[in-house]
Amino acid sequence: MKKPSWLKMAGIHAGLSVMCMVTLYPVLWVVKMALSPTDGMSLTANPFPEAVTLDHFREVLWSSDAQGRWVFGRQLMASVIVGGATTVVGLSLAVTAAYALSRFRFPGKEGGMQALLITQMFPATLMLVPIYSILQKLRLLDSLTGLVLVYATTALPFCIWMLKGYFDTLPRELEEAAVMDGASPFQVFIHVVLPLARPALAVTALFSFMTAWNEFVLAATLINDPTRFTLPVALQRYVGEYKVEWGKFAACALVVSAPVMALFFALQKHLVGGLTAGGVKG
Amino acid sequence: MRGWAALWVLAVAWSAHAADVPLKLWHAYRGGEETALIQATTRFTETTGVKVDLLGLPYDAYAHKLTNAIPHGAGPDVFIFNHERLRNFHAQHLVAATAKDFARADYFANTVEALEVDGQVYGYPLSLKSLALYVNTDLVPRPPESTEELLALLRSLSNPAEGRFGLVYESGDFYFHAPFLFGFNGPLFDDTGRASFDTPGMASSLAFVKRLQDERWMPQEVSGALAKTLFNDGRAAMRISGPWSAGEIAPTVRYRVVALPTVSETGTPMKPFLGVEAAFVSARSEQAARAHALAHFLSVGEASRIRTSVGRQIPADVAAYETQEVKEDTLISSFREASRNATPMPNTLEMARVWEPMKLALRAVLQGGVKPEDAGALADRRYRALHRERPADANPIPWLGLAGAMALGGTAYVLRRPAGGQSFRQRYPDLARAATYVAPAAAGLLVLVFIPFAVGLSLSLFHHDAGQYSFVGLANFVDILASRGYSIREPLSFYFTLAVTLLWAVVNVVLHVCIGLGLALLLRDPLLKLRGMYRVLLIIPWAVPNYITALMWKGMFHRQFGAINGLLALLGLEPVSWFTRFSTAFAANVATNTWLGFPFMMVVALGALQSIPQELYEAAEVDGASRWTQFRRITLPLLKPAMLPAVVLGSVWTFNMFNIIYLVSGGEPGGGTDILVSEAFRWAFQRNEQYGFAAAYSVLIFLVLLGWSTFTKRLLRTEETA
Repeated sequence: MKKPSWLKMAGIHAGLSVMCMVTLYPVLWVVKMALSPTDGMSLTANPFPEAVTLDHFREVLWSSDAQGRWVFGRQLMASVIVGGATTVVGLSLAVTAAYALSRFRFPGKEGGMQALLITQMFPATLMLVPIYSILQKLRLLDSLTGLVLVYATTALPFCIWMLKGYFDTLPRELEEAAVMDGASPFQVFIHVVLPLARPALAVTALFSFMTAWNEFVLAATLINDPTRFTLPVALQRYVGEYKVEWGKFAACALVVSAPVMALFFALQKHLVGGLTAGGVKG
Repeated sequence: MRGWAALWVLAVAWSAHAADVPLKLWHAYRGGEETALIQATTRFTETTGVKVDLLGLPYDAYAHKLTNAIPHGAGPDVFIFNHERLRNFHAQHLVAATAKDFARADYFANTVEALEVDGQVYGYPLSLKSLALYVNTDLVPRPPESTEELLALLRSLSNPAEGRFGLVYESGDFYFHAPFLFGFNGPLFDDTGRASFDTPGMASSLAFVKRLQDERWMPQEVSGALAKTLFNDGRAAMRISGPWSAGEIAPTVRYRVVALPTVSETGTPMKPFLGVEAAFVSARSEQAARAHALAHFLSVGEASRIRTSVGRQIPADVAAYETQEVKEDTLISSFREASRNATPMPNTLEMARVWEPMKLALRAVLQGGVKPEDAGALADRRYRALHRERPADANPIPWLGLAGAMALGGTAYVLRRPAGGQSFRQRYPDLARAATYVAPAAAGLLVLVFIPFAVGLSLSLFHHDAGQYSFVGLANFVDILASRGYSIREPLSFYFTLAVTLLWAVVNVVLHVCIGLGLALLLRDPLLKLRGMYRVLLIIPWAVPNYITALMWKGMFHRQFGAINGLLALLGLEPVSWFTRFSTAFAANVATNTWLGFPFMMVVALGALQSIPQELYEAAEVDGASRWTQFRRITLPLLKPAMLPAVVLGSVWTFNMFNIIYLVSGGEPGGGTDILVSEAFRWAFQRNEQYGFAAAYSVLIFLVLLGWSTFTKRLLRTEETA
C-alpha cells in the first residue's frame, strides 16, 4: 500500500484534533464546575477552573445520613447490584430468545420481531403508571429486584434485535458439524454459538448496563429507602425546586459517568466489531 | 391549648409501646433544611419513643411518587409539600384532614387559609415561602420603598458594559412576576374564580418589567444560579428572591432583606405569592394518630425553633416570634415582615392552569415578540386551549367487542396456515425447543412491557380528572387531530408539533450519520498514529448520561454569559439569543443531540469499514479509480447493511428523545420546539394530569413510528434482495 503523504496525515490529525476539542469542551465545563469553590454558573467562556477545590467531591463521596451510615458507598453498591443484575438477566433472556428467533421456526416469529421494535416506539413516560401497579401486584415495589426486572425488560427488545442480527451472520455449517460429532442442540448453543458471539455479547451487555446505570425516574419512584437509591437518584437530589447545587451536581455527574467511560475504553474494540457484525453478511 | 398538645403527646407515647413500626416521613429538603428536619424528628423520637424513617427524594420525582405510592398503600405516613398542590392531592384522596383539636390560632391566619379545602383544613403549616428584596447595603445604603425610588436607584447602579446591574431576579418565571402584577392592581382571577389575563394591570406590569430589561438595568434570561453569582460578585446591587437564597450569600456581601416596594402609580404594594410548606398526613396512614402527632410536633414549639435556627425557615407558628432568638434574627423577622403583604397562592386547580399561559406571555414580552398590551390575550388563548372540559361519556361496549374481534383476528393471523397443507408439527419441528428458549424473555416482556403498553393504549380512550377516569371513546383523538383552534403553523397544533418532530428526527439522523461516517473514514487508516486515543476521546459523549449534558449545553447557550456566545464574541460576531427564535432554539437542540449521538454512528461505521476487504480498494486503485469513485462504488454499498439497522434504531430513539428537548430549549419559544413526546409529557404531568390525552398523543407517536418501521422494513428487504 502506498504510504500516504505527510500533508494528508497532518490534515487528518488536524481534523480529528478539532473534533476532539469540540467533543471535550462541554465535559471540561462539567469538570470546571466540579472543581470550582463557587457553587454557581461560570460567567466566562473559559473552560478551565480559576481556583480549585475538592470540597464538592468530598461532600458527594463522604457524607453520612442521619444514622451515620456512609451514603455514597451504599448507593454505589445499589447501582452496581442493579447494573450488574440487569446485565446478567437481560443478556440471559436476550441471548436465548435471539438464538431461537434466528434458528428455529415457530408461529409468531415474524410478528414477534416486529413487536419488539414496536415497543421501542411507545414513549416510556406513560408506562410508569401501569408498571407501578403491576410491580405492586407482584410484591416487587421498593425492591431492587423489581427495578432490575423493569430495567432488563426495557433493554430486552434492543438486545434481542442486536443479537438476532448477529446470530444470522454465523455460518450454520459450524453448528451442523458439531451435531455430526454427536453434540446435543444445547451443547452446540453453549460451546459453539456463544463463544463465537462474544463481541456482540459484550456490546449488548454494555447497553443493558447503561440502561440501568443512567436512569433515575424509575429508581426514584420505585425505591423507598435512601440507602438503596441508585447514584442517578442521588445526583438528581442536587436539582431542587428553587435551585441547583451545581458544584455537587457536577462532581456527582463525573462520578456517575466514570464507570461507563471506563467500560467504553475497556470494550472499545468489541464496540467497533460487535455493533456491526450482525449487519454484514459473511 | 398547650395542655391538650402535651396530653396528646403523652397518649401517643403510651401507645408507642404497643408497636415499634416507625413512621415514614417523606420530603425533598436539602442542606440546612434537611439537617433541621433530622434534628426535629430525633427530638420527636426522644419525646414520644416513636421512631421516624426519613426519605429524602429528588424534587422532580416527588409528586409523581406520592400519587403512585399512596393509593397503593406504599406511601408515607407524613409528607412535607407546598400547599399549592393541595387541591389536587385532596381530589385524589391522598391527604387526611387535620386532627379534631387542630388549633388554628397557633398559626398565622393566611397560612391556615392556604390549607383549607371546602372549609376543612388539611396539613399542619410549617413555614412560609415568599419573595422579598435582598439589598447589598454597601451599594444601596437606603432600600427603595417605591418603584419611583427603585427606578432612580437602577439608573445610577447599572452599567451593562461592565456587567453591573441594579436588579436581578428570575424575570421569565411567573412566580417572580406575580408581585409586579398585583402591585399594578392586576387581578389573577375574576369574580367567578376563573383565571383572568387580559387586564390593564397585566399590561402595565409587563411593560414595567420589559423596560427594566430594555434599559439593561437587569440581565436577560436569568436563572437562579446566575442571579446568585451576580449578587455574590457584587455585580447586582439588589436581588428578588426567597428565604432559600439566604444560605448561599457569600460572606463578603453585606446585605439586608426588605419588603418589595410599592408601585408608585397605583399606591399598591407589590405582593408576592405566599407559599406554605405543610406537613400533610397521608389518608392511607395505618398509624394516623401518631402521624398527626408527628406532623403537629414538627409545626410548633421546639421543632419550629430548630427549623428556624438550623434550617433558616420562616416559621408559620405564632409563638415562634415571641422567642428572643427569633426577634434578634433579622433575616427571619424581615421575611416575616415582608410576607405580611403576601397573597396566599390559591390551592385550586385553577391556579395550576395559570402557570403555562403566564410563562408564555411573560417570555413573549421579554423576548420582544409581543407587545405588553397584547400579551394578556395571548395568555388567555393558551389558557383556553389547555383547559379541556370533560368530553361526553361514550358507551364502552362496542369498544370491548372491537377489542375482542381484534384479539381473535390477531391470533388467527399469527397462527394462519399457508397453502402448503403441511401438518402443524411438520411445519414447525423446532416448536418445543423454541418455546423453551423464548419463554423467559417472553414472560418478562409480556408482564413488564406489553401489559403496560396495552394499558397505555387503553388510557387514550379515557379522560382523567383529579383521579377520576371516564370512558370517552375517541374524543381525545378527535381533539388532538382537530388541533384545538390552532392553525398548523402554530405550536399546540398537532400537525405543527408533528412537523417539528419529523424535522428533528431527519436532521439529527443525517448529521449523526455524516459526522459519524466522516470521523470513521478519518480513523480507518491503520497507519494513523494515536488512533486509539482519538477513538477513546470521541466516544466520551456517549458515556455521559444525556440529562447531565443537556443541562451543561443549556448553560453554554445562555444569551449573555454562555460559553458559545462568549466564543462568538471572541470572533467578533454578534451574540445570539438562542431560545427566543424557533430556528436558533431548534439549532441549539440539534447541536446538543448531535454531540450526544454521533459516537454511536461513528462506532457502527468503524466496524463496518473494518469488514470491507482491503483487496477491493487495491483492485480499484490498479484500475485507476478515483477516491470518490471508490467511496461511491465500494464503501457506500458495503456500509449499507450495517448502517441501515443503526439508522432505523437511531431514528426511533431520536423521535422519542425527550431529555434534550425538555432540558435544553424547554420547548421555547412558546412551545415551538416541543416534539410529540415532550408534548405528551406536558399533558400528563404539567397540565393537570390529563393522562388520557397524553396517552392519545403517545398512540399517535406509536402509529407514526409504526409507519416508519414498515417503510424501513421494506427498504431493508429490498437491500437484502439486491
